[in-house]
Amino acid sequence: MPRYAGDAAALRALVRDQEVHRDVYVSEEVFQLEMEHMFPNSWVYVGHDSQVPNAGDYYGTTIGTQPILLVRHTDGTVKVLHNRCPHKGTRITSETCGNTGKFFRCPYHAWSFKTDGSLLAIPLKKGYENTGFEQSHAATGMAPVRHVRNYRGFVFAKINDGGLDFEEFFGESLSSFDNMIDRSPVGQLKVAGGVLRYMHNCNWKMLVENQTDTCHPMVAHESSAGTVVEVWKKAPPGTKKPMAVEIIAPFMSPYEFFENMGIRIWDNGHGHTGVHHSIHSDYSAIPGYFEKMTAAYGEKRAKAILGENRHNTVYFPNIMIKGPIQLLRHFKPIAANKTLVESWTFQLVDAPDMLLERTLMYNRLINAPTSIVGHDDLEMYERAQEGLHSNANEWVNLQRLYSPDEAGQTNVAVNGTSEWPMRHQFRAWTKFMTMGM
Amino acid sequence: MSMVAEAPLKNAVPTDQELIDFVVREARLIDQQRFDEWLDLYADDAYYWMPLEWNQTDPRLTCSLMYEDKLLLSIRVERLKGARTFSQKPKSRCHHVLQTPQVDSRDAAANSYVTWTPMHYVETRLEEQTLYAAWATHHLSVENGKLKIKLKRVDLINCDAAFGNIQLFM
Repeated sequence: MPRYAGDAAALRALVRDQEVHRDVYVSEEVFQLEMEHMFPNSWVYVGHDSQVPNAGDYYGTTIGTQPILLVRHTDGTVKVLHNRCPHKGTRITSETCGNTGKFFRCPYHAWSFKTDGSLLAIPLKKGYENTGFEQSHAATGMAPVRHVRNYRGFVFAKINDGGLDFEEFFGESLSSFDNMIDRSPVGQLKVAGGVLRYMHNCNWKMLVENQTDTCHPMVAHESSAGTVVEVWKKAPPGTKKPMAVEIIAPFMSPYEFFENMGIRIWDNGHGHTGVHHSIHSDYSAIPGYFEKMTAAYGEKRAKAILGENRHNTVYFPNIMIKGPIQLLRHFKPIAANKTLVESWTFQLVDAPDMLLERTLMYNRLINAPTSIVGHDDLEMYERAQEGLHSNANEWVNLQRLYSPDEAGQTNVAVNGTSEWPMRHQFRAWTKFMTMGM
Repeated sequence: MSMVAEAPLKNAVPTDQELIDFVVREARLIDQQRFDEWLDLYADDAYYWMPLEWNQTDPRLTCSLMYEDKLLLSIRVERLKGARTFSQKPKSRCHHVLQTPQVDSRDAAANSYVTWTPMHYVETRLEEQTLYAAWATHHLSVENGKLKIKLKRVDLINCDAAFGNIQLFM
């Protein structure tokens, strides 16, 4: 029996000031409502326009659980289309990405569509004469997602007509994208290196929350990062610290480090850790990079760009970016207890290759299904997904450093171990879940 | 479960059978979780490479599932012993089925031998058991009368699929 469908009050009751009900993680009904309401009401990340550089290039992905396509139209703009034939629903594209030429052609009955989705041709079209076909859903072709925004290469889409416009939804949080992109001497990123895809048997929000959870690294990652620190201690004195140790060891930083790093809160569930410093602050300089940045921006501006050490920026609902290492994690919901995590990496155009090499090393050491750090995290998520079925306590506690006046505050920097970002994400969750309900 | 200790090579140049025995022995050490002995099979400058892309040629500017030197491999082995390695409580187990390794190239002058081994690998923990199909390519050389791995490359047939945890070694 439905408990939440069409009942905004019941959904709001799942989120309290300092705790959330387990059904936000375990209920399939709540999950379906997220797909029907919360995702379509939000600006959701689709992909990067460097994935579709030429007219006819496409990339297939999802918004929530709905299949969509990012495509470069003949006029040079990017479009987002629902990836189904308007005839029988057949997925149009065969590969995840490729080039379709001037039009899409359904492999089932050869209906064809321009790259903006409009219907081009149907074989034996006279069979539809005098049937009122012009008024059908099918006649409009592959339905485009109407609200699309390409922000400096990063493409977002909102399925529903209502809700906030792009600027209102993201506000000041776009500064994290700006900083990541400005790290290229020519202000341009390119998807590079391949994508790591890691299946998680847990709710997608556990991953989102974990991006700003700074009280877990030194505990959950003691097995991986702690072992790195111990093994590295045995290296002969004077040995140059390898890149891999530079990457993993900071996960073992003490609580004080994370308290002082700070967390910033923006509107609509967005926010970032690493206001003052982060685990990425002390990486070795890459030869030749600073010189290129100085030549491009001048020394003062170059120092300002590279001086930002934002750790994880969460964009509600389901991505996180790491500006200092040009990495984006996409938490794709599949079911209440199943999430596909895609970790994408970017090349800074006109910067030394060594930066991409380090980014890729970070990605495989931390985000791969073969990563020991990833193993630590997934074990915790899966145990939580299981433990939440206990009836002894139906609530998840998000109370750390709670302050009664925090709701409504924006662009504030707080203690780096606060669970404010998680409470904040759930305030946004309630807002976009019940919007228009 | 007993396995004879590694025999020294009879001659300076390994026979095909010695190369084959070495590859089979490596898989057995993994299956029996004798990871310290397993690590000893790797040369100090060795790499263990598991590509992410089909026919991948570059481990540096293309991402891999694993591209690890001996330091990182030794960290994995130490981690498996850890008291707070929660993703290994309970521990995973694994099982290799190898096709007979084929000697693809032997170059005694360059001290370089390459074998190719199709295999099925099963990893299991709690109620989950996952089957992987792969090809292992071993680049071997002789050091102090013993074979050592310079590079082990594991190409999964579905290298670009979304996997859950892969916690041991293929």
